[in-house]
Amino acid sequence: MAVDNDTVEKIALLAKLKVNPEKLNDTKLEFNKILNWVEELSEVNTDNVLPLASVNDETLTLRQDVVSDGHIRDNILKNAPAQEFGYFVVPKVVE
Amino acid sequence: MSEYVIETEKGKWEIVCGLEIHCQIISKSKIFSGAPAEFGDDANENVSFVDAAMPGMLPTLNEECVHQAIKTGLGLNAVINKYSVFSRKNYFYADSPQGYQITQFEHPIVGEGKITVDLSDGSSKDIRIERLHIEQDAAKSIHDLNPTKSYIDFNRCGVGLMEIVTKPDFRSPEEVGAFLRKLRSILRYLGTCDGNMDEGSMRCDASISVRPLGSTELRQRAEVKNVNSVKFAMQAIDSEAHRQVEIYESGGNILQQTCRFDPTTGGTKFLRFKEFSDDYRYFPEPDLPPLILSDELINKIKDELVELPDAKKSRFVNQLGLTPYDAAVICENKEVADFFETAAHGRDAKKVANWLMGDFFAMLKKKNLEIAQSPVSAENLGKLVDLITHDVISGKIAKDVFEIMAETSENPEKIVEEKGLKQVTDTSAIEAIIDSVIASNPDNVASYRAGKVNLLGWFVGQVIKRSQGKANPALVNKLLKEKL
Amino acid sequence: MSDLTSLTVAGALSKLKTREISPVDLVQAYAKKLEENKKYNAFVTLVVDDALAKAKDAEQKYLNNTNRRLEGIPLGVKDLFCTKGIRTTACSHILDNFVPPYESTVTQNLLDDGALFLGKLNMDEFAMGGSNETSYFGPVVNPWSKDVPLVAGGSSGGSAAAVAAELCAAATASDTGGSIREPSAFCGVTGIKPTYGRCSRYGIIAFASSLDQAGPICKDVTDCALLLNSMAGYDPKDSTSSKRDIPDFSSFIGQDIKGLKVGVPLEYRPDGLNPEIASYWDSAAQILKDCGAEIVNISLPHTKYALPAYYVIAPAEVSSNLARYDGVRYGLRIEGNNLDNLYISTRSEGFGTEVKRRILIGTYVLSAGYYDAYYLKAQKVRRLIKNDFDNAFQKCDVILTPTSPVEPFAIGDTKMLENPINMYLNDIFTVSVNLAGLPAMSLPIGLSHNGLPLGMQLIGRAFDEATIFKTAYHLERGANFVRM
Repeated sequence: MAVDNDTVEKIALLAKLKVNPEKLNDTKLEFNKILNWVEELSEVNTDNVLPLASVNDETLTLRQDVVSDGHIRDNILKNAPAQEFGYFVVPKVVE
Repeated sequence: MSEYVIETEKGKWEIVCGLEIHCQIISKSKIFSGAPAEFGDDANENVSFVDAAMPGMLPTLNEECVHQAIKTGLGLNAVINKYSVFSRKNYFYADSPQGYQITQFEHPIVGEGKITVDLSDGSSKDIRIERLHIEQDAAKSIHDLNPTKSYIDFNRCGVGLMEIVTKPDFRSPEEVGAFLRKLRSILRYLGTCDGNMDEGSMRCDASISVRPLGSTELRQRAEVKNVNSVKFAMQAIDSEAHRQVEIYESGGNILQQTCRFDPTTGGTKFLRFKEFSDDYRYFPEPDLPPLILSDELINKIKDELVELPDAKKSRFVNQLGLTPYDAAVICENKEVADFFETAAHGRDAKKVANWLMGDFFAMLKKKNLEIAQSPVSAENLGKLVDLITHDVISGKIAKDVFEIMAETSENPEKIVEEKGLKQVTDTSAIEAIIDSVIASNPDNVASYRAGKVNLLGWFVGQVIKRSQGKANPALVNKLLKEKL
Repeated sequence: MSDLTSLTVAGALSKLKTREISPVDLVQAYAKKLEENKKYNAFVTLVVDDALAKAKDAEQKYLNNTNRRLEGIPLGVKDLFCTKGIRTTACSHILDNFVPPYESTVTQNLLDDGALFLGKLNMDEFAMGGSNETSYFGPVVNPWSKDVPLVAGGSSGGSAAAVAAELCAAATASDTGGSIREPSAFCGVTGIKPTYGRCSRYGIIAFASSLDQAGPICKDVTDCALLLNSMAGYDPKDSTSSKRDIPDFSSFIGQDIKGLKVGVPLEYRPDGLNPEIASYWDSAAQILKDCGAEIVNISLPHTKYALPAYYVIAPAEVSSNLARYDGVRYGLRIEGNNLDNLYISTRSEGFGTEVKRRILIGTYVLSAGYYDAYYLKAQKVRRLIKNDFDNAFQKCDVILTPTSPVEPFAIGDTKMLENPINMYLNDIFTVSVNLAGLPAMSLPIGLSHNGLPLGMQLIGRAFDEATIFKTAYHLERGANFVRM
């Protein structure tokens, strides 16, 4: 499955990353190199093998429904690059 | 079946519609953090480090949100999946601090179910539920505080949501309306979501396509997002369907797209086409192991389930003798049904239902009150019906008494006593009034006796009027006939 | 005072307890050493003054016999662990000046046991790398370097180098594909990655959540047990942390290994394996045999596919875990005229080449149409790899392998830089362990003919760190490796 420049650009867009036009070709070549390598996986017969998402053998423990957090606005906003009136600020979003 | 066909000069069309409804779960804390699940407070007050997606923060699942989802699943007559998995839905947006939403994808907590809806023509229809899954709500952006900036408040971010997805079973806006009201009613009965669409605690997205009547094809659909009332949902579907028919009939094609309902025009407004950026790259949430539910827990919740509107309705019909229509109206709202049951306890339920749906509802509407705020209590409404049943007051006087109750919240027995409104059942007192009426209207007496028997009503009216409404009409009738 | 810095944690504790030395002496000795050895670039943030102040409290505790189990021990903390009030960047430009208002559970456990932090340790950016060359703060220099500066290994290069150069008594580290073990091997120190779930991931900046696990890098096996005793434990804030009891790991130090079955996997000895490393491997097996262990040949047939599976699964999780770095709530922000441009500028500027490479690969393997071929396939192979270990552990109690197929190489090595896969291949002996969630330790076995340290790896059954500690202690004694 060879990836072309167009796909690299689309993937970058999904990941909110910019690929400089002059580096696009190199990025594509490297991308394909890695993909070709991981495609060794296709040699493995995985018929009837269940995917393993996590090695964890714990079942999910549930948290009791009590309010134990919040009201720490100063700490929430402390590292914000831009804030006003207790809100985080971003350029205008138009829907 | 309620017929809904879009008929033009060129042909007949039907709609195919499915819904996705996001319902905010009623819980004290958020679904994956211990911050309060309330968002009326100051911006970013009800936010934990987890909600703000600070580096290294991890989700922990709120037990109550799981229980609420199971409860709702049972209320939708649905399969509860004992194995379910959380997934990440990846997308960048101002309201998504993690860059993904924790939701359920392949393995939702609730599987297929159904809701029966009652339609205006007296028929009913089953709407199939495809699934219900739990996920986290997004933050809120405020766009109108600054011309060039948007402000983000994470208070709502992480509040638990149930997303309920139906099969594309809707063929008319009416069905959609009936479904939304029924769903809301069930959620409120269960106490799992307050169902307030105008406040956004229940939000509806509709997928709409049209096809020539009689065809079974499924055409490209448009999605109408975030409609915030039942009425708007019905309008949106109607106008979107008409828009699509127009496009097809003028030779055009529908592209998969997202629209918004515009209440000012009553039409849908194009937002965007389905894009590459809608590739959400779902994968299993590595921070949460699969959720395993025991039969014991599911059965316990099942045993504790409240009586749902359908069950209540059939009980009211079968045991209390209400008409299906009255029962349906009363059962839509649990508070109304509870009020009714209290008022009707040990009394003629049909009479109570008539009062409830007549003067009582009219009074609430006039005063713009919820049933919980009613000045007339269920007990007092019951007592009022008792007074009529036991011939203490007439139906006409009862209306006056009710007016007073609505103003003063008084006990009707006390009002009747104090104002001396008790019905006169004393034969001699009534006879005296009859005698005086006969004496002062010789002409009419003559006409009556000459055969104009329909004058009896006029005589009854005169007697009751002179008794200031207190004379028992049945008694007046009987005595008048004898005297005349 | 430099002999104070040569003390192991256990050695320092015994001298502290007898009041032969004081915590203040210890911190001052390390402070001096730190001042003299900035050339290694091991620390990216120093908080020595703070450590000194706390050392005074520790001194008091020893005086009134309220000292806790790591009272006054000066540690370094990998910059991946969030430390309250101390800048934490994961050595990425994108987390410039991020000061967490919270503490990771692992570092909190250490603080609760009386440990002191000297500062934050250099690492590969977001722990992605095998040579510490992807750090925004530049590479760590291996203290064993002769003429040419050599890499310290990665991603916990700062942790390993700092312990080797005696700039801290021990260090925290993390391991997603070999990030504790490979730098430990390169720097001639000992590090253990415990079983997935032993240490809480709360407050550790996520790389690949299903693989990440914290552990210590220490001067020897005994210290690893002491540190892990403090670091490990169930944490309700991490849903993947294990509830299993934590044994006293120190109690296994010195226990005999007679009859213990040590597995040697055939697949870890490819034809081209560095003969020096192969020969050390044989002598390591002989040491254990001499202690009464039995060497058995085992097979891990899917070994070859561990790296490709890892380089699908880890980047997939990376692409999602790193979505939160968007310039809105913390860290670097490059303004843009709209939100999308802000995201793109911030992320393009803030992430380094290797991180961006993995985000792109991860985004691709999860995207529509490729999920099954890459991500799902890799997860299936992951199960086969885990099954391999399950089968092998039917035949043996612990597995012995080299840690790395190479010795430390030069910073800026062209072979490694021209093709990222060459760098990835250095993890060939370590990644399988992460995919299977097993515990594994690297400890120094000897020097190459170039005078550079080489490491051996011991892999245990899930939650059986005990056998690793038992075995490692004997291997350590037999190897008699002389630290720098």
